[in-house]
Amino acid sequence: MSIINAGFGGRRRSSRPDLPPGQYLTEDFPVLSAGPTPRIPLDRWSFTITDEAGKKTSWNWDEFNALPQEDFTVDIHCVTKWSKLGTTWRGVAIDTLFENIESAADFTMVHGYGGYTTNVPLEDLVDGKAWVAHTFDGEPLHPEHGGPARLVVPHLYFWKSAKWVNGIEMLPQDEPGFWEEAGYNMYGDPWREQRYQGD
Amino acid sequence: MAESRWETPSARTLVLDVPDWPGHLPGQHVDVRLTAPDGYSAQRSYSIASAWPKSGSEGGSEGGNVELTVQRVEDGEVSSYLDDILEVGQPIELRGPVGGWFVWRDEPAPVLLLGGGSGVVPLMSMIRARGDVRGKQPFRLIYSVRTPQDVLYADELKRRVRDDPGLDVHFVYTREAPEGWPEKPGRINVPTLNTHGWPPDFAPDVFICGPTPFVETAADILVALGHDPKKIRTERFGGTP
Repeated sequence: MSIINAGFGGRRRSSRPDLPPGQYLTEDFPVLSAGPTPRIPLDRWSFTITDEAGKKTSWNWDEFNALPQEDFTVDIHCVTKWSKLGTTWRGVAIDTLFENIESAADFTMVHGYGGYTTNVPLEDLVDGKAWVAHTFDGEPLHPEHGGPARLVVPHLYFWKSAKWVNGIEMLPQDEPGFWEEAGYNMYGDPWREQRYQGD
Repeated sequence: MAESRWETPSARTLVLDVPDWPGHLPGQHVDVRLTAPDGYSAQRSYSIASAWPKSGSEGGSEGGNVELTVQRVEDGEVSSYLDDILEVGQPIELRGPVGGWFVWRDEPAPVLLLGGGSGVVPLMSMIRARGDVRGKQPFRLIYSVRTPQDVLYADELKRRVRDDPGLDVHFVYTREAPEGWPEKPGRINVPTLNTHGWPPDFAPDVFICGPTPFVETAADILVALGHDPKKIRTERFGGTP
């Protein structure tokens, strides 16, 4: 049951099949962060996977860049209603990072510099669904957009694609991260418009 | 919409009578959805400008007025409808309140508010809420705005500063300053935040809202001045239509 706004015509810029419900297209790249932008020197950067037993596997910047790299082109959808189609990235597939990780846990908490966290089920990170990206549109990823490296999980709302990512922690059960604690959806599927708790 | 008033020639406050409104925290927003007769719809988020009366002051019951201040955005399909077409008595669809991070919860720390343009709207909700609860926390607002004509809530801010020794407001004009203003028009900078903000030792709660370049600049300066990044909450908007 929605209210019809008689005098509302709209610009119809969003009537295309590759746009999830309630989203509109943008050509620029808006920034959304909960706090100041952290600046992380590359010689102090690292990425760590921690399994449910506490065992850690880490890569420094050089080791991370020595891993097989992938170029990928994806659509991204922000919960604040903008979508950007056909964005091009370069980075390391999560599958590559998990090649030698033994874990029975189904859930993860993704961590970023600055203290950001977001929860993503493991199955949404593997099988070619997610990357740790360091290059956007052919340029090193700008700090405002999460550089040196951010997670990219394009099939979920973009707050799941943690900026300044520095680790993935395996969890036996699902737990809320930063925005999820603040009322946003635990899963965040844009095609089912799972913006907030209860959607 | 129960009533409306123009804050500037391009920003209108909509006073919405929401029968089942559950109340909100200052800083939260709502999603507005407009639907055309053929089913096309568009949604945008708007910060709430009004404070919510705590229980006791107006009974604390559910339902009541919620105010949004909508800055018209160039080519903006939703903002131009809300500012120019929506009439008193007509309904709009709201979802909310939303957001549990960029909110002021009446905590004891001093507060530093940094607003750029219409980013002042959620900060105004905090100032009004502090007024309603007669908060003793000292508040400082630094408000960056293009010209004196673009200031939202100008009269109310003047009145509140006059009546309330715990509230300071400092304007930064980026394009055109009033006659006799001591500073040249320009963007927010280190001396401004050093002079008109709080020292890091006071450990203020900081709220920054505005366009991305404003928020990035202000947050970077505060971190460089020694403020704890964890005490700095930001809300950025891209001026998207």
